[in-house]
Amino acid sequence: MQVKVFITPRKGILDPQGRAVEQALKTLGFNQIADVRVGRYIVLEVAGASAAGVREAAKKMCEQLLANPLIEDYRFEVGAE
Amino acid sequence: MKWGVVSFPGSLDDRDTLYALREVMGQDAIPLWHKDESLGGARCIVLPGGFSYGDYLRCGAIARCSPIMRSVVRFANDGGLVMGICNGFQILCEAHLLPGALTRNRSLSFICEQVTVRVANAHTAFTRSARKGALLRLPIKHGEGLYTAFDDELSAIEERGQVLLRYVAPDGSARDEANPNGSINAIAGVANERFNVFGLMPHPEHAIEPRLGGDDGLAIFRSIIESAA
Repeated sequence: MQVKVFITPRKGILDPQGRAVEQALKTLGFNQIADVRVGRYIVLEVAGASAAGVREAAKKMCEQLLANPLIEDYRFEVGAE
Repeated sequence: MKWGVVSFPGSLDDRDTLYALREVMGQDAIPLWHKDESLGGARCIVLPGGFSYGDYLRCGAIARCSPIMRSVVRFANDGGLVMGICNGFQILCEAHLLPGALTRNRSLSFICEQVTVRVANAHTAFTRSARKGALLRLPIKHGEGLYTAFDDELSAIEERGQVLLRYVAPDGSARDEANPNGSINAIAGVANERFNVFGLMPHPEHAIEPRLGGDDGLAIFRSIIESAA
């Protein structure tokens, strides 16, 4: 089963990379931007028949390694493909 | 005193640390490999600077899963002395042996320069040979040294005196321009609640001989030797 994990800097955390991208977009004329945060996208293939089991494993993987919950928010999607 | 210096794939300062301990401080220091589980009877473990595992995922996140880190965590929980320098500091935060986290410098630039830090707490195994308020000139070289901790945790760290080093101007004054990476409260080095684990971004192992630009780093190593005596 495929798991897509999205990790972004936690709200309230200084994200200098996001800020630099925001500034660059504004210099291109995209002035409607209110906030940019730059994160990571991880795609996993996980063995397991039950989506619930995979979801539980994915949550543990995020908590223990893929994200640092002190400074990052994460969410994931579990899909068949 | 016996020291163990851990090498991870991508560690850079392991040899400099061994040199500082052996040649300059006259200590018995052994190299430890990340796949080892034994700490070789060392009384202080140093996790050196560098880019363990290429800084993949987050700095220190992969290294903290190494076999040797299980032993280091156990050693620290038993009260053993552990010091993490730069990447070692990042590894200790990722291993939850130290509070908080280290993220990208606010300038987004890699910084390589001499900084001044003030000893904020001199009653610890890592700072006891310095006076409180003493200024140390030490080099830094990192891209992700911005220390962060949140609200309750940050106030607890401050109240308990866990901040051992703070970035200051060369004259000792606290100024925002003297904070090279944007760390909260200008924190350059922090200890755990039990004061047996210490992480710092500046490199004491590179400040051990006047001909290399200064020897203020000796105060840190000397403190540890005194406290273990």
